[in-house]
Amino acid sequence: MSPIRRFLRTPEAVAGAILLAALIAMALIAPLLFPGDPQAIAGPALLPPFQDWSLPLGTDRLGRDVLAELFHGARTSLAVGLAAAAAALAIGSVVGTLAGFAGGVVDEVLMRITDAFQTVPSFLLALAFVSVVGPSLGIVVIAIALGTWPGPARIARAEVLSIRERDYVASARAIGMHPLEIAFREVLPNALPPGLAMSSVIVAAAILTEAALSFLGLGDPNRVTWGGMIAEGRAVLRTAPFLSIIPGIALVLTVLGVYLAGEGIVETTAVRRGLS
Amino acid sequence: MTRALILLRRRLVGSVFVLLLVVIGTFLLLEAAPGDAVDAYIVSTGGDAGMIELLRHRWGLDQSELTRLANYLWALLHLDLGQSVTFSRPIRDVILERLPNTLLLMVSATALSFGLGSALGIYAGARPGSARDRVLSIGSLALYAVPGFWLGLVLIVVFAVDLRWLPIGGIETVASDKTGLDRASDIAIHLILPVAALGFIYLALYLRMMRAGMAEAWRQDFVLAARARGLSRRRVVLAHVARNALLPLITMLGLQSAQMLGGSVVIESVFSVPGLGRLAQEAVASRDTPLLLGIILTSAVLVVVINLLVDIAYAFLDPRVGAGEAGA
Repeated sequence: MSPIRRFLRTPEAVAGAILLAALIAMALIAPLLFPGDPQAIAGPALLPPFQDWSLPLGTDRLGRDVLAELFHGARTSLAVGLAAAAAALAIGSVVGTLAGFAGGVVDEVLMRITDAFQTVPSFLLALAFVSVVGPSLGIVVIAIALGTWPGPARIARAEVLSIRERDYVASARAIGMHPLEIAFREVLPNALPPGLAMSSVIVAAAILTEAALSFLGLGDPNRVTWGGMIAEGRAVLRTAPFLSIIPGIALVLTVLGVYLAGEGIVETTAVRRGLS
Repeated sequence: MTRALILLRRRLVGSVFVLLLVVIGTFLLLEAAPGDAVDAYIVSTGGDAGMIELLRHRWGLDQSELTRLANYLWALLHLDLGQSVTFSRPIRDVILERLPNTLLLMVSATALSFGLGSALGIYAGARPGSARDRVLSIGSLALYAVPGFWLGLVLIVVFAVDLRWLPIGGIETVASDKTGLDRASDIAIHLILPVAALGFIYLALYLRMMRAGMAEAWRQDFVLAARARGLSRRRVVLAHVARNALLPLITMLGLQSAQMLGGSVVIESVFSVPGLGRLAQEAVASRDTPLLLGIILTSAVLVVVINLLVDIAYAFLDPRVGAGEAGA
C-alpha cells in the first residue's frame, strides 16, 4: 500500500491534515478576506459573538473585529512555528553532526554547550533573549529556536555516530574528500530523518511558546497574535470570557492538527524506519 | 552501589562545568541589553548625570566586561547574587523568598501529572488497541495541545468566576492571620487551579510514554513467560509490563523539570502566584537584569539538582545503571 493511501486510511491523520489545511487557508486568505489593519476599530466595543453578522465573532475591548484578528493571528502562529522549528532543526543537525563526526574535544565541548542550553528552562531563555533584544517576529523566532535546538542536536549526533563508520563514509575518506565535506554532504543528509520525525512536535511546541511569549506581552507588538488576543481578553475575563476563549480554541486546534498530521506522516512513510 | 556513586561523582563534576557555562553565557547575553542597572534605578528614582556617574562607579559598572564577569563569579562563590535595583534588597533574599512557592507548585503539578498520567497509561496500555486505549490516546493528545496559560484562564472562568468554588489567584488569603493547619489548607485551596493548569498538560506526556512503553513490553519474552506460567492478567500487567515501562518515565521526570519551570512562569503570572516565574516576569518588566540573571541561575541549579536526584533514584531502581552507561 502506498504511503498516501495508508495516510488516508488513518482517521486521526486525515483529521489532522484537514485542521492543518484549514489553518493554512486561514493564513493565506487573511489579507484578502480582511484587507487593511486587523488592529483597526471595526465596530462597537465588546460586541458578543453571533449577534451582528458583519462581525460574526464579535469585537474586543477596543471594538476590533475578533474574526479578522483570528485570521491574521493564524499567519503569525504558523510563520513563527514553522520558522522556529526549521531554525532549531538546522542548528541542531549542524551542531550534532559536527560533534558526532569530529569526536574528541570538539564533541565534548559542543555537548557540554548543549547540556548548558538544556539546563536553562527554554522559556526563561526565550524570555531573557526577547527582553534583551526587543520583541519582533524574527527575534521571537530566534528566541524559540535557542531553547529548542538541543533536542535535534542530540538525535543527530547519535545518528551520526552510527553512520560515520559505514563503508560509504570510509570510501569518501579514501578518495580524499575534505572531512567537513564528508560531514555535511555524506553524513548529515543521512542523519536527518530521525530529527525530521520529531519536527511536528517541535513545530507544535514552537507555536505554544510563541503564544505564551505574546501572552506575557513579549510578542511582536505590530502583529496580531493569538497569545496577545488571550492576554487582551483577560482584562474582561469576567464579563466577556469569549475574547480569551476563542483564540485559545484556535491554538488548541492548530497544535492538535500539527500533532495528528505529523504523527500520521511519520507512521505512514519511510521516515519511521530511521527511528528503529 | 559503588558504581552508581562513581557515576554520580562524574555527573556532579560535569554539572559544575555546565553551570559555569550557563553563568558565563547568560551574563554575556544580559550584558548585551541596552541600559544597565543604573538606568533602571534612575528611571524609578530620578537623578542627574553626576548621580549616574557615582552609581556606575559604586556598583562597579564602569569596569570592563571581563572584570565584571570575574567579580560576578567571585561573588557567586560566596553565594552572593548582587543587589536587586527594583527591590533594593539582596537578590538572594528575594529569590529565596519566592522559591518555596514555585517548588510547591512544581512538586504538586509533577505529582499530579506523573501519578495520574502513569495510572491512566497503565489503564490504557493494559489492553492495547481497545476502545479505552484509543479514547485515552486521542484525549491525551488533545490535552497536550492545550496551552497551559489558556487552560488556567478557562479554569478561572469556570471554577472561580462562574461557580465561585475556588479563589481566582494568589497563594493564600491576604492578611488573614491564619496559622498552622488553617494556613496550609488555605494555601492548598489556592493551589488547586494553578496545579491543575500546570499538571494536566504534562499528564498527557506521561500517559503516552507509559502506554508506548507497555505496548513495547507486551511483545517481550518475559511477559510471554509470565503469561505462560499462568499468572493472572492483573499481575502480569502490574508486576511485569507496567514495571518495565516505568523506568523511562523516571528519566523523563528529570528532563521535564526544566520545561515545568518554564511553564510555571506563565502559570504563576495567570494566577498571581508570587513565585520565581512571576519574579522573572517582574524582572523583565522592570529591566532588572541582575535579578533575571539570578533567577536563571537558580533555575539551572534546580534543574541540575533534580536531574541528579533522578539519577540516584534510577540507580536504586535499576541495578544495571553504572555498568555500561558511563559514556553517556
